[in-house]
Amino acid sequence: MASLIPLLSTKNVKRHFGGLKAVDGIDFALYEGEIRAIIGPNGAGKTTFVSLLSGRTEVSEGTITFAGEDVTRLPAYKRVQRGIAYTFQITNIYPTKTAAENVRIAVESRAARLRDARFDRDTATRAALEAVGLADRKEALAGELAYGHQRLLEVAMGLALQPKLLILDEPTQGLSDPEIENFLALVRQIAKSATVLLIEHNMHVVMSLADRISVLTRGTLLAEGTPEEIRDNPDVQAAYLGA
Amino acid sequence: MTASAFRKNLTLTLLVLAALLLLQFVLPEYYVLMATRMMVLAVFTVGFNALLGYVGLLSLGHAMFFACGLYAAGLSVYHFGFSLPAAFGVSLIASAALSLVIGAITLRTIRVSFMIVTLMFAQVGYLAVLYFAEWTNGQEGLSLPASARQMALGPWTLNIADAVTRYNIALVLLAASLGLLLFYLKGTRGRVATAIRDNEGRTEMLGFNVFAAKLEMFVLSGTLSGAAGAAYGLLFGYLGATFASFQYSIEALLFTLLGGAGTLLGPLIGVVLMVAMIDKLSELTSAYFLVIGVILIVLILWFPKGILGTIRERWAPWLL
Repeated sequence: MASLIPLLSTKNVKRHFGGLKAVDGIDFALYEGEIRAIIGPNGAGKTTFVSLLSGRTEVSEGTITFAGEDVTRLPAYKRVQRGIAYTFQITNIYPTKTAAENVRIAVESRAARLRDARFDRDTATRAALEAVGLADRKEALAGELAYGHQRLLEVAMGLALQPKLLILDEPTQGLSDPEIENFLALVRQIAKSATVLLIEHNMHVVMSLADRISVLTRGTLLAEGTPEEIRDNPDVQAAYLGA
Repeated sequence: MTASAFRKNLTLTLLVLAALLLLQFVLPEYYVLMATRMMVLAVFTVGFNALLGYVGLLSLGHAMFFACGLYAAGLSVYHFGFSLPAAFGVSLIASAALSLVIGAITLRTIRVSFMIVTLMFAQVGYLAVLYFAEWTNGQEGLSLPASARQMALGPWTLNIADAVTRYNIALVLLAASLGLLLFYLKGTRGRVATAIRDNEGRTEMLGFNVFAAKLEMFVLSGTLSGAAGAAYGLLFGYLGATFASFQYSIEALLFTLLGGAGTLLGPLIGVVLMVAMIDKLSELTSAYFLVIGVILIVLILWFPKGILGTIRERWAPWLL
């Protein structure tokens, strides 16, 4: 499944906020079709790192390559147009619009890129809502949906973009156990058509989903490997246990 | 927006315009004049509300665009003897160009900074009107000669100083601005605009160039305001520095808040009520601004979404 050329790679990317080295020189490669998890203790620089990938934060140094193109200086919206979708850690939707309207905005973004007259926006909207199981809630105001449903709506908006890479920032935070099980099935479904990069604290989610795991601490890449390798890695255990 | 919601909004707008068309036959002359003024100010407010109500940007400098249109049209008639349509065309180009430049600069800021920067630019505009007194006659202003307010229209002469002609020109302009905004909002661009208003960060992360979309609406807003200014200057034949002053920027805001920000017809309702209120109150007391201030405070406390905004929230969610 892994091809030789990575879909996304970074070379020595750094992001410093004054004296704080949030991300301090990470070389990272992500291959098409994989589910990759990024884990690490609080403050390890995980969210900053994916913000650099999505373009929400500018790099201080280093380069980012996506699908063979240097995207280091591209603004966030252009990276989205290239196929990098980002779903937010804190639910970030249009609360006063209906669920369908939320997804429809993402669909419009895709339509603008496709420029295909046959592309049916209503169908695409329905498909994304059905994929996350929110089709029967489509007329509900997003702000009035249950929290778990809002998280799903967030994912549906990412899906509607039909990205090459979907970045999920702590997607299961605040979800109940049954909701998490549904979510695992959903991500496996998504992974059939997109590469998934996931920041996650819930080890059950990480271990059951990820093909490979990257561990960050203090803004650097500590280890990388399969779930088994990471579980048995003494450096990782030390970083987590503070030993 | 669904097709049925669009039809309802279109029908409502057409009904209001039809009512305004009929109104000229029943109103006494003084009220025809007042209604003309209201409609022109409503165009200004529709322009202001396009920015505040649909992309969520509060400009405190829209008098600058109103005055830009007013002076571009008026001075080209006064000094260069332009025909009325040519002068109106000049005003559209001038206010579009000005709003493009001002928008490109001010949209780099957000929220309070945006308000302050737009206000500062508007003050520059106001002072420029006074500074170039040789052309504008400063505070005193200029009156357009009666000969300049007529034009040949085939075998007839169109005299825009005539009350009924003036009324209908203002009505056409109002219809055009409402129609423009209605169709803009119906399409993808309108959807993106309100998405930016509701959640800018999310909209950018869905792949939209937020800056370009805001600039586009800023230019539309500035140009509509400029068109209103041009109509005001040409129809009433007077160009004065007051139109560039802070007061006019604030009035657009008050009209919008009263009628309901982010509603298509809110600006018209806001203008009608506020102008009528000022007119009545100024007969009774010289402290009418005080009374209006109190009324506004009450409105903001009890109807923070304005009249149409409240109606939309409680009874008519389809209102645009």
